[in-house]
Amino acid sequence: MKKPSQFDAIVVGAGPSGNACAYTLAKAGLKVLQIERGEYPGSKNVQGAILYANALEQIIPDFRDDAPLERHIIEQRMWLLDETSFVGTHIRSEDYNKPPYNRYTILRAQFDKWFSSKVREAGALLICETTVNHLIMDGDQVVGVQCDRMQGDVYADVVILADGVNSTLARKAGFHGEIKSENVALAVKEILFMPEETIRQRFNIGEESGVVIEMVGRITDGMMGTGFLYTNKESLTIGVGCMLGDFKNNPNRTSPYVLLEQMKRHPAIAPLIEGGEMKEYCAHLIPEGGFHAIPQIYGNGWMIVGDSGGFVNAVHREGSNLAMTTGRLAAETVINAKAASKGYRADSLKAYKTALDDSFVMKDLYKYRDMPKVLHKNPQFFTSYPDMVAQAARTMITVDGVDKKTKEREIFASFRKTRKLTGLVGDAYKLWKAIR
Amino acid sequence: MTAITVNVEEKLFQNRYRVDAGRPHIKIKDADICTNACGSKSCTFVCPASCYKTEGNGNVTLITDGCLECGSCRIICSEHMNVEWEYPRGGHGILFKFG
Repeated sequence: MKKPSQFDAIVVGAGPSGNACAYTLAKAGLKVLQIERGEYPGSKNVQGAILYANALEQIIPDFRDDAPLERHIIEQRMWLLDETSFVGTHIRSEDYNKPPYNRYTILRAQFDKWFSSKVREAGALLICETTVNHLIMDGDQVVGVQCDRMQGDVYADVVILADGVNSTLARKAGFHGEIKSENVALAVKEILFMPEETIRQRFNIGEESGVVIEMVGRITDGMMGTGFLYTNKESLTIGVGCMLGDFKNNPNRTSPYVLLEQMKRHPAIAPLIEGGEMKEYCAHLIPEGGFHAIPQIYGNGWMIVGDSGGFVNAVHREGSNLAMTTGRLAAETVINAKAASKGYRADSLKAYKTALDDSFVMKDLYKYRDMPKVLHKNPQFFTSYPDMVAQAARTMITVDGVDKKTKEREIFASFRKTRKLTGLVGDAYKLWKAIR
Repeated sequence: MTAITVNVEEKLFQNRYRVDAGRPHIKIKDADICTNACGSKSCTFVCPASCYKTEGNGNVTLITDGCLECGSCRIICSEHMNVEWEYPRGGHGILFKFG
């Protein structure tokens, strides 16, 4: 017997995608239940964390008035590191120092709590400390969720899964299989507290402005991955992430925490974090499989948003903005379906996929669809190349009586020794093809 | 890079947990498989909280108290699928202060 629906929609999870979805639904007057397994929204969530303003602006235009933001980013550094040095680019512009700012560092535990307060203001009902164990089916239609509480069965017309990268619900329901270890990155990070004044001096920034540093090279021990260092108000976030399959197959059996500790001791990084007091150590999986790893994201009475659907642009290190956009578009699909009394079967919810295809989310993921494969098959992008570049720069800049022409020849010879000319040209072509 | 040793427990000590005592959310399905069939025992070095440890006799032990709920152990155990992985009961497990 079909149980009567208690809600228009149930949203599982209170991260960026779930909050964006629940907010949009509630704002439109729908009866929404949101279920979060953490003690409070954000207590289970981990991110780098950079917030790109645009996606949130589309949902809450005046979010800057009261959202807990750490620093707006005015400078981005990209570093290639070998064992002892780094070469890199710094992009800093006063244009990034004028409101409205484009991106910020945030602390997710605080940001998600704030976003969730907006969701509740909009009228959604939030229940925390509750894990959803199963979806309730009526034939082939999702009609509700089963929670780990007494009388924990709740019914709704549509269920939106915003339960993060380890979506056990979608797997148990058979919507997709297990994640492959080559499609996720395992990232670990620490938060290091230090006086605001120290951060301002070390990074040459003002009271509100901040710096991000992205790093590639020897710090990942030959694995496909990157390191990062972000400035918060009174703390630094430092972390490193590599493909999980690479961790598993690493001949050195390097543990993630060893990798992070080695990275912290790199002579280019150590002085920046010196004296920082470690207050939290986190780990998280990032779905980096891209376009080809996106599962089926809608069906009869259900939709998948955010990390749960693999919506991360690994090339540009964007995630929360894709999450919020997928959450919003899923919500709009439900709102339209309800207004048109079209029901919540797959043929009606298909509009979600169409909207995603038309948005930057799928366009960007499609553009970089071959990138994971290219990088994965060519580890030299994370080992020899950063080495070669750092070495070349060092050779040219060192003044030792050797003429520049000879130095050029030496550099080129070492390039060809590490990677044959065909290899160099081939790599450049592969990379260009995957990016264009 | 020269290999270094890291005290993970010291790192985890900074974190806030509400442990669901006596109800681990992750289990090794068949201890025999870890001891005899699994050569790599990759969980023992990939787990970022070092929850899995090898013992002298080749057994693998699991203590989930410090688990960061990343899900890596479940995914890497793809040959034997010997990890039973659920989210902790609502409100339990790691509670990130900063995230």
